[in-house]
Amino acid sequence: MSLAIINGHLIEPSLGLSQPMDLLMEAGVVTKIGTGLRGDETIDARGCIVCPGLVDIHVHFREPGYESKETIASGSRAAARGGVTTVVTMANTNPVIDHAGMVEFVIRRARETACIKVLPAACATKGMKGEEITEMAELKEVGAVAVTDDGRDVASSAVMRRVLQYAEMAGLVCMTHNEDESLAEGGAMNEGFNSTALGIPGIPKAAEEARIDRNIRLAQLAGARLHIQHVTSKEGVDLVRRAKARGLRVTCETAPHYWTLTDDAVKTFDSNAKMNPPLREQEDVDAIIEGIKDGTIDCIATDHAPHTPTEKEVEFALAPFGIIGLETSLALTITGLVEPGHITIERAIALMTVAPARICGLDAGVLQEGSPADVAVFDPNAAWEVKAEDFASRSKNSPFIGRTLRGKVRHTICDGQIVYSA
Amino acid sequence: MPEARQTVWTRKDLIGIEDLSREEIELILDTAPQFVAVSKRESGIKKVPLLQGRLVVNWFHEPSTRTRTSFELAAKRLSADTLGITVAASSSVKGETLHDTLANIEAMHSDVIVIRHGCAGAAHILAARHDSHIINAGDGRHEHPTQALLDAFTMREHVRQRRGDPEAGLDGINVAIIGDIEHSRVARSNIWALNKLGARVTLCGPATLIPAHVEKMGASVTSDLRAAIRDADVIYALRIQLERQQKGLFPSIREYIRLFRIDNDSLRAAPDHALVMHPGPINRDIELATEVADGPRSVILEQVSNGVAIRMAVMHLLVNFGGKKPTGTL
Repeated sequence: MSLAIINGHLIEPSLGLSQPMDLLMEAGVVTKIGTGLRGDETIDARGCIVCPGLVDIHVHFREPGYESKETIASGSRAAARGGVTTVVTMANTNPVIDHAGMVEFVIRRARETACIKVLPAACATKGMKGEEITEMAELKEVGAVAVTDDGRDVASSAVMRRVLQYAEMAGLVCMTHNEDESLAEGGAMNEGFNSTALGIPGIPKAAEEARIDRNIRLAQLAGARLHIQHVTSKEGVDLVRRAKARGLRVTCETAPHYWTLTDDAVKTFDSNAKMNPPLREQEDVDAIIEGIKDGTIDCIATDHAPHTPTEKEVEFALAPFGIIGLETSLALTITGLVEPGHITIERAIALMTVAPARICGLDAGVLQEGSPADVAVFDPNAAWEVKAEDFASRSKNSPFIGRTLRGKVRHTICDGQIVYSA
Repeated sequence: MPEARQTVWTRKDLIGIEDLSREEIELILDTAPQFVAVSKRESGIKKVPLLQGRLVVNWFHEPSTRTRTSFELAAKRLSADTLGITVAASSSVKGETLHDTLANIEAMHSDVIVIRHGCAGAAHILAARHDSHIINAGDGRHEHPTQALLDAFTMREHVRQRRGDPEAGLDGINVAIIGDIEHSRVARSNIWALNKLGARVTLCGPATLIPAHVEKMGASVTSDLRAAIRDADVIYALRIQLERQQKGLFPSIREYIRLFRIDNDSLRAAPDHALVMHPGPINRDIELATEVADGPRSVILEQVSNGVAIRMAVMHLLVNFGGKKPTGTL
């Protein structure tokens, strides 16, 4: 049975395509890109953009261990609602994903319960303790697509060096959460005027920047590729920019909240404004946007971090870090980056498809004849209000509830199957 | 008893000084003298019926003697019923959320909730969601509004006496706040209040205990005690928490004393009329020498007396004039 998407505007960054074009798929792969195509089943995408299914290389699906926050099933439904067809899940579950059996568990649960492609990242160190490196060669063999201790940094520089050397040998990208935990300890928001006025212990930008700097230097020493997760600050962007100028194989991501919000969002003590790294200041927001424009920032990833209302609706200092992001990332990108004219819609889609897929070496993010039939169809002009009750995620911890955003996903197709329609 | 100006009070809660206008602060200060008088009645009957039949709950998640006692006395002198919930007996140890605990208290028809909590924003998040009048009795390092109000009231009484002007305010006076600014909600509330009332604020303490960009709140910052108090009309010493030293935030009590203690020697740098204040409890001979704490410039016990009157004024305004519905703002 074939599926045709007709009358849409196709944007395919890897081919440099942006024009009215139909798409035909059968047996889970793209069979034809052209005009006047018809299939057994047809989606009329008039007024919509048709693009590769989005790729998010930084999500927390919480399974196993924290299924009240999210499961691989619910997380994948949230992804589908956001137009995302491939995710890379972080390894800080309980137990953590630090050996082959755990990677196989995630892959099995994804096969059994997920409506999109869920690919596990594995821990960089055993038990995520920052002491001994994991069996990365085997982790890769069974399906891990990256190594990371995300949620924490590797405190020891010697261990971090070995992580980078060994990951390079194993052919896995190492993705780093950059945080000097002794400097950040006790902090719950960005350190600055707002943290002082609110009396909330601060996390200085230097806690992130010092480790971005260290991790870049160690990657250089190790001759390894490095992916810097969730860059948030002006200096952090600069460090990556300079590393790239030196020819190092460094990439980085940022998340929509880092260009949409500043630490002013904490003034209401709303714990949905609490994440790690924290929301920074206006000059950082400006630098993040600049970094996206000039290519320093390679991709957009959400750091989708679900927590239940019970966990979040507490005193700010006691609330866990993190917000959900999968269902708002495309709309926040259109609303915050494309509409104001910072980047084109074509570039935005590249940042959410082929660019992140390349960082982890994934067979995703492109729509060529023969490639997996993973497609997002969205109306770039449709405005919609973010409502807690509409989230497909098990959790509702979004600071964007109540906002009106532009860009609404109409259909998400994974392996040729419609997995979401609105 | 209410005066015409009191009609401007509309707030349901008192969460912080940052949110208040100068007029609102002055209204509270102007409402307090009648309650000072109640506590000093010759009849010895220190009670008025303004909150008769109301329930005031003192809900303290941190140890406190002075503030809790002061609120309790204030409520009693307004003829309210009072209920004390302290952390050891509270539900937080059982894992109940703040919202659930307050919902249970409200199910028993509370009118005023006085809350002290170790986390910034605790009073704020409760006020936004619940019907009771919430009074912040200290939330983490954030604010301690009634302390700043009683301090401003005490300062104003002395400025008025010294100048022989019963209308005088704090405009143009210099206040030096000395000590651990970083961890002090008293300092933050005082900075906001003093700025709104037209005073100039100088902060002085170890560099490791001065928070980032605090000058943007409206203060100059120095680590030179004598420079800080040179033109001071008020010298406000903060309590230094001795465990901060154990955490390495300053090298030793000895060096703290050497650099920042208010004693007869350091006071020589200050004008003769400078008052000495402290929010209590005092670490005698650490931040404040006994000779000064008990000396003629000290108005520390007046602060305590005025605290009851200020808290009576606040409760009276909130209950008898304040709005009933959560504002969700502040």
